Amino acid sequence: MAPFEPAALPELLPVFYRRLFPHGPYGRWLGYGGVVKNYFQLREFSFTLRDDIYVRFQSFGSPQELERELQRINPYKIDIGAVYSHRPNQHNTVHLGAFQPQEKELVFDIDMTDYDDVRTCCSSAEICSKCWTLMTIAVRVIDRALVGEGLGDAARPRSAPQQRPDPHHHRGKGGAGGERGMRRRPAGSRRGARLGGTPQPVPTPSCSPAVAPAEDLGVRHRLWVYSGRRGVHCWVCDDAVRKWSPALRAAAVEYLTLVKGGAETVKKVNISEPVHPFIRRSVSVVEKYFEAYALVGQDILGTPESWDKVLALVPEDIREPLRGEFPKKRDSVQRWELLKGRMERTRRPGGPGRGTACYADWEIMLQYCFPRLDINVSKGVGHLLKSPFSVHPKTGRVSVPLDLQRLDQFDPFAVPTIRYVIGAGGTGRGGSRLCRQPPHRVLPSPAAPCATSWMRPATTGSRRRAGRRSRSGVHGVSEDGDGTGTGGVVPAAPLPLSSPTPPDYKKTSLAPYVRVFEQFVEEMERARRGELLRRSGESWAGTQPAGGPRSGRIPWL
Amino acid sequence: MEFSSGRARLKQGRLAGDRRELYPHSLQFYLEPPTESISLVEFESFAIDRLKLLKVVENLGVSHVRGSDTYKTKLESELRKLKFPYKALAEDDYEARRKDHISHFILRLAYCQSEELRRWFLQQEMDLLRYRFNELTDGLRQKFLEHVNLSFEAISEDLKSELANELCASTPGLGMIKVKEQMFYKVGLADAVDLFRARRVFIKDGFAYVPLKEIDAIVLNNYRTKLSKALALTARSLPSVQSDERLQPLLNHLSHSYVGPDYSVQKNTGKISLEQIDALSVKSYPLCMRQLHKALRDNHHLRHGGRMQYGLFLKGIGLTLEQALEFWKKEFIRGKVDADKFDKGYAYSIRHSYGKEGKRTDYTPYSCMKIIMSNPPSQGDYHGCPFRHSDPELLKQKLQSYKIPPSGITQILELVKGMHYQLACQKYFELTHDVDDIGFSLNHPNQYFAESQRLLSGGRELKKELSNSGNSQQKSNSQESMNSSSTPTSSNTTADAELEGLEAYFTED
Repeated sequence: MAPFEPAALPELLPVFYRRLFPHGPYGRWLGYGGVVKNYFQLREFSFTLRDDIYVRFQSFGSPQELERELQRINPYKIDIGAVYSHRPNQHNTVHLGAFQPQEKELVFDIDMTDYDDVRTCCSSAEICSKCWTLMTIAVRVIDRALVGEGLGDAARPRSAPQQRPDPHHHRGKGGAGGERGMRRRPAGSRRGARLGGTPQPVPTPSCSPAVAPAEDLGVRHRLWVYSGRRGVHCWVCDDAVRKWSPALRAAAVEYLTLVKGGAETVKKVNISEPVHPFIRRSVSVVEKYFEAYALVGQDILGTPESWDKVLALVPEDIREPLRGEFPKKRDSVQRWELLKGRMERTRRPGGPGRGTACYADWEIMLQYCFPRLDINVSKGVGHLLKSPFSVHPKTGRVSVPLDLQRLDQFDPFAVPTIRYVIGAGGTGRGGSRLCRQPPHRVLPSPAAPCATSWMRPATTGSRRRAGRRSRSGVHGVSEDGDGTGTGGVVPAAPLPLSSPTPPDYKKTSLAPYVRVFEQFVEEMERARRGELLRRSGESWAGTQPAGGPRSGRIPWL
Repeated sequence: MEFSSGRARLKQGRLAGDRRELYPHSLQFYLEPPTESISLVEFESFAIDRLKLLKVVENLGVSHVRGSDTYKTKLESELRKLKFPYKALAEDDYEARRKDHISHFILRLAYCQSEELRRWFLQQEMDLLRYRFNELTDGLRQKFLEHVNLSFEAISEDLKSELANELCASTPGLGMIKVKEQMFYKVGLADAVDLFRARRVFIKDGFAYVPLKEIDAIVLNNYRTKLSKALALTARSLPSVQSDERLQPLLNHLSHSYVGPDYSVQKNTGKISLEQIDALSVKSYPLCMRQLHKALRDNHHLRHGGRMQYGLFLKGIGLTLEQALEFWKKEFIRGKVDADKFDKGYAYSIRHSYGKEGKRTDYTPYSCMKIIMSNPPSQGDYHGCPFRHSDPELLKQKLQSYKIPPSGITQILELVKGMHYQLACQKYFELTHDVDDIGFSLNHPNQYFAESQRLLSGGRELKKELSNSGNSQQKSNSQESMNSSSTPTSSNTTADAELEGLEAYFTED
């Protein structure tokens, strides 16, 4: 792909914000149902303008006002901050110290530069399809701890239509050859795990609020997003989690961190008995990718220099014999088998004359593959993080949500760039390029299946249209169909800028990503509705209304 | 705290003989401030006694394993000596409980003034409470838990046996048999932050499964949250207390005398030239700063944590803002950063840390405690404490290359093993400066630098300054030193988060 030219942004951004940015679902997301008064209005947005000019503490009365502002100033980058005690754009008018961040999504930032000591293919900001597997692993490991393995799918109520594209993308993967073949194994085993690990029936939308997540953190709503260049972000949006203190956020990151130490530490993972279930389960996720990624792809035991780096992590008494035997083995895979065998022997119960059990093979796998979270991003409630669907100003790629169902096929290089989605002309009515697939490196994954899969059942479609209509200013409130959308926060302001026709992103390669985003927002709305129903049901059932919410299952209290 | 009213009410209370109601437990979370009037003499003596106690707690924590027998014996004898409640069983220790209560609140006033002070105070108070809580009998412990609203429900036997394997694997030090015996409690993550963080309990569905023997972690966690909030609130209302001219010098003195100076007052500003830095880094830098300096020279770059730790240290040893800008720029433009990008991206945060941007807070150099306890280095980072954050093997090599004799290296590694990082650094100082005993306890990189310079320059000119501010921690609280060291640095009250500056709020990606 030709390198992206940031100089083109001033021309492209206006079209992007006017016709492609998914303002509708975006506003519904950050409005959180309008349940908490002024939640959207108290949210900080920060814009980066041309020449790296930061504008912090922007805030808006409604999603529509944000939309207009975006279309007016066309920021190079959008960051989302916290929900504050006062409107951020008025922060100068309140007493210093009174203006405090109150809530925010729990966010995780995983950045490929933090893996420089364990990748051989690229360094710093560069990425390639080989090392991108690290991000795939990172998402799988963290998401497992947040939501659970089977639930990655079960939490998606729409799994019925999505099961169809499955053979679809398998075909696509096989066809892509070479390096993609390398991914087959993990994908296959993941699928196996999913099938085996889904004891609960696929829930229908109506019962989905009853699905209780059972993994470590018991999270329900999270969105994974490609950052646009070299990393991924996760937004955990559960009501209770958004209220977490910085200390608890930091604790969560530490709980989820196994690789520790800076440039002055060689051995960054240390496992001792008893091995916590989190570690055990993380190892089993990493294991699925390890051979294809680390042994074949990165070839970490390929040469004496590279295996010395690995052997430095092995206890001395085992290191020397291995160093002697490694040259006799054919390749990384064989050498790994040898090393692993030695380690497993130390863990065999009642092994003759063995000392303490040693987990060096696990430690190596984790040091080479386990996600490295940036604690500072997660800890501070006031910390800014690049918004989903913001354009990365350097690469021009749109920061798109990840579809975990097809995570193994996600290709950062196939992510639509602003120039591509707009097309060469940039201004024409759709333009011929607007509806085509990306020119090359096309995986059938994001583009093709969606063409069918997001022909939604009529219900959602009409609701979306209703939402559109309300946004274009006819009424504002209950038009949203379900009363839980942006209704609560939408003032009836006329919006001349929105065109009445469906938004243009639906015609572009951005569409499948917007669909993922919409599903995420819809699922949150559904859960909220379920909660409301449950509560009102409870109060009807005889208990006093005030008792309703208290008796509910409120985690983290 | 009120200093005028409330006496009448209390007197009545005392006369009525319901002292016990005032302090139903020997332990408390200090939620209610005292309301009685006390004399200035008592005020001062209570405060000084508690400071002595906390200092003992700090020293014991550095040189002994917390909770070991010697630690316990020594702490108990100290509590006894200073007349604080030392055994929960002693029923009629009203005076001791009162002293405990009042002195805690006085120190709050003194130690809420800066982030560094709050950190120190919090740490010692936590250690003290941990000791005292663990000394309670089971019955008293249960009573206390109910008193502070921390009684949790135990999980059922059925659930326990269902989870037995995971509970066993998640809880260090608990074998299968012990798991069967122990009660487990299902606790929200917010109440079990430390256990959650350290992966010391089983976590499922947003709850921690905490065995009875770890319940003190929950108590401490709860106490820390409360105390830390209270300290922040106290800091906000501090101006009204400070306007009391009887208390203000006393409080300032109290806070300075035991933590030591915070090195934000730059006495030597402008006395160092940039050309000297390389030589100084070898002679007078503590290992952490030497490591940062070397990494900077090698890579022409340091990541945020390193820039903060090293930058503020440089400020503390006397670099002016202009020098700092020049120093960093010269080095960075030799790497991947061009002058323009430097001015845009990095200069701001340097000016920020000198208090010239944003909130205009003049930031203080990091102390050892802060470096050791917070923001550990991760991938590509060179900051942190080398004694705490390096592989022992690498540390050994490094010390060898710095020509530390093998016997000294063994001693240092032994201290590191016992987690006495500051003592290890102190040893390093002694070895590199060829002195037997430095005669002070090391708790700040800038202190290291100042002491080193003092030694190397024959202890002439710097000595005076240091004996005023630097070593006042060794002194007793005499009236005269109280007056001399009352330069308040209350501008540092802003939360630590602010310190990261604007730039850290954005994620590079």
